[in-house]
Amino acid sequence: MAVIDADPRFDAKAARAIARTTKKSEADAQKRLTSRGATIAAIIIAIIWTIPTFGLFVTSFRPGADSSSTGWWTVFANPGFTLSNYYDALTSGGTALTLGASFLNSLAIAIPATAIPIAIATLAAYAFAWIPFKGRGILFVFVFALQIVPIQMALVPLLSLFSRGLSINGLGIFPGFTLRDVDHSFATVWIAHAIFAMPLAIFLLHNFISEIPSELVEAARVDGAGHGQIFFRIIIPLSTPAIASFAIFQFIWVWNDLLVATIFAPSTSLPLTQTLNSLSGSWGDKWYLQSAGAFISIIVPLIVFFSLQRFFVRGLLAGATKG
Amino acid sequence: MTGILTAGPIVKKQLPRRTTGVIVAVAAVLIAALLVFMITRNPNNSALPTSLGFSLNSFFSWIGGLTPLLQIPIVVAVFAVVVGVILLLVEFAPRPGRGYFWLRVAACFVIPVIAAMLLRPYQNAVLYVVAIALLAGAILFFADYRARAGTGYIFQLITFLAPASILILVGLIYPALSTIFQSFFDKTGKQFVGLGNYVWVFTNPDGFWSVINTLIWAALAPTISIVLGLAYAVFIDKARGEKFLKVMVFMPVAISFVGAGIIFKFVYDYRQGQQIGLLNAVITAFGGQPVGWLDAQPFINTLCLLAVFIWTQTGFAMVFLSAAIKAVPTEQNEAASLDGASSWQLFRNVTVPGIRSSLIVVLTTITIASLKVYDIVAVLTGGRSNSTVVAFEMVNQQQRFQSYGHSAALALVLFLFVTPLIVYNVRQMRKQKEIR
Repeated sequence: MAVIDADPRFDAKAARAIARTTKKSEADAQKRLTSRGATIAAIIIAIIWTIPTFGLFVTSFRPGADSSSTGWWTVFANPGFTLSNYYDALTSGGTALTLGASFLNSLAIAIPATAIPIAIATLAAYAFAWIPFKGRGILFVFVFALQIVPIQMALVPLLSLFSRGLSINGLGIFPGFTLRDVDHSFATVWIAHAIFAMPLAIFLLHNFISEIPSELVEAARVDGAGHGQIFFRIIIPLSTPAIASFAIFQFIWVWNDLLVATIFAPSTSLPLTQTLNSLSGSWGDKWYLQSAGAFISIIVPLIVFFSLQRFFVRGLLAGATKG
Repeated sequence: MTGILTAGPIVKKQLPRRTTGVIVAVAAVLIAALLVFMITRNPNNSALPTSLGFSLNSFFSWIGGLTPLLQIPIVVAVFAVVVGVILLLVEFAPRPGRGYFWLRVAACFVIPVIAAMLLRPYQNAVLYVVAIALLAGAILFFADYRARAGTGYIFQLITFLAPASILILVGLIYPALSTIFQSFFDKTGKQFVGLGNYVWVFTNPDGFWSVINTLIWAALAPTISIVLGLAYAVFIDKARGEKFLKVMVFMPVAISFVGAGIIFKFVYDYRQGQQIGLLNAVITAFGGQPVGWLDAQPFINTLCLLAVFIWTQTGFAMVFLSAAIKAVPTEQNEAASLDGASSWQLFRNVTVPGIRSSLIVVLTTITIASLKVYDIVAVLTGGRSNSTVVAFEMVNQQQRFQSYGHSAALALVLFLFVTPLIVYNVRQMRKQKEIR
């Protein structure tokens, strides 16, 4: 980042020395100035953002008859709670799968569909950032522009490629996959998600990887490291925060995806979103069951967010340059 | 930069550079000839797929027979091995010496053949496919051996880029090209109609409203969610309970649109008598008349859908920008506040320039997401009452009316909308390069 270089080292050192002595009072003063109005605004935003979810949460514990005739907020006036919504939602499920089974399917889809595109995209992003070649800029822009190819357009050609293969004039080069009688096949879903993640993943990871200070890479090269070692020993450790943040979002996008899985997954491999959606179809306005199911589906993305959140900590990269 | 970064051996070039180009070109023509010859041969319908005893298909059907949870570690491990092999090849390929020379030879000729055979080509195609793979490998090896930047340079480049390129070619470029082709043909895809589909987009009410609404989405969704997300990220930075406050706003990101659709039914619901939708309950409590939010025209229902989208995207912007804010060096903030800068000045002159590149990324991502929005419209209104958007109308035309031409024209209109965004990003990239 340019900003890091713009800061003269001397100033920074002096400032740090002074700051150390006055840090506490400074921090206090700043807190007093900014925090009151800011905190109130933050809390208001937080409350507005939480109310709709909270309403669903309350509904998921209310008896079905209550929630379809009165608003969820009336529960505070005349409370009535039950756990049976969760029990019903988990056990009955949709037509082919219970919600519990599709929960496992969602995991089996989302974890490989996060790991595979990230690894492939990191390799490509490294090439775009650190291996100079003719037309690199144009090619990168092209990959970036592919983000707008709408998924909906790619689905039909891709599906026919997977199921019927590729043959030119009756000459079969690729006969397609024969996965119809397999119990739990996720292969086509993994590939489809990997493809659709590619442009954004390459773009975001390239932005981060290209900002790694070139002195680090040059130093490693002088020490005799090839591209393989530079990639594995320098790029990967330094871009862990970027990779982790992208992994979080990719996982959540895949976990919440409905369209891709509906089209590519066989009926025994459908994920949670699809089962939830079919619950709404077969149960009509039984919103209380849907709300219980919706809550079951939120748990995993939140766990992922919490467990990877520590990668969002302050400047791994900044530490490396100033060392 | 010098442009030569690989530590390849400096080979005495006996052949002039021109000869290299000619040889590569001849080999490429040979490949093309083989392709044409293969395609124009008489088809043989009794042919069967052949493989080396293992193929992608056999791997996928083996792993598909396992329980879902067991598949996860196996797939990830197999994939890790593949990436490991790629990295090893890349590391060792450019080194000088006899062993490494043969390593490159083996990699260039064996990998394309194995990759081709993994696809299980038909018996009558096998010879051609293998020949093409071998020729391609030979070109790669030769061009790499004679590369201007040293032996191993092209090999490394191809190895890094090949996996991503294959995925993009098969899954994005081929569908995109067939879409452009389709947009000039009618429903069935046989009758050429020129620009007829594009005229339809701007004259038919569904097409027209989808374009207008998409423009509204693209203008409002990114600005509002970034302003809110950034403000929130700044407000809670280093505050007590930061983690908790973050999660409260981030939670909608983790909720699927199916879930969000259910959640907002309890907000927008409209009925006679006692209200169970939150918004109408508030209005009637103040003595107003309940409103059918999702059918209210013009634009009110679109704004209601937009609110759901902003609700989900603000958390995304907030988490991203919060990470960027924390990466701004503390010294800069401390130095500025020692100089007596107010917190607004700090924000304006230190934080915002520091997170500039992240801001552009978030802006780009959310704008593209808002142009492509499909699920919210599908779940909440199904496009009725002029609330449709381009991406939804595309699927609608394709699946309900089987009208692939209209659908393809809508896709190209969408592509047109994103062009300014791409131009802007490219300019930013150029600027950043100049600074460095």
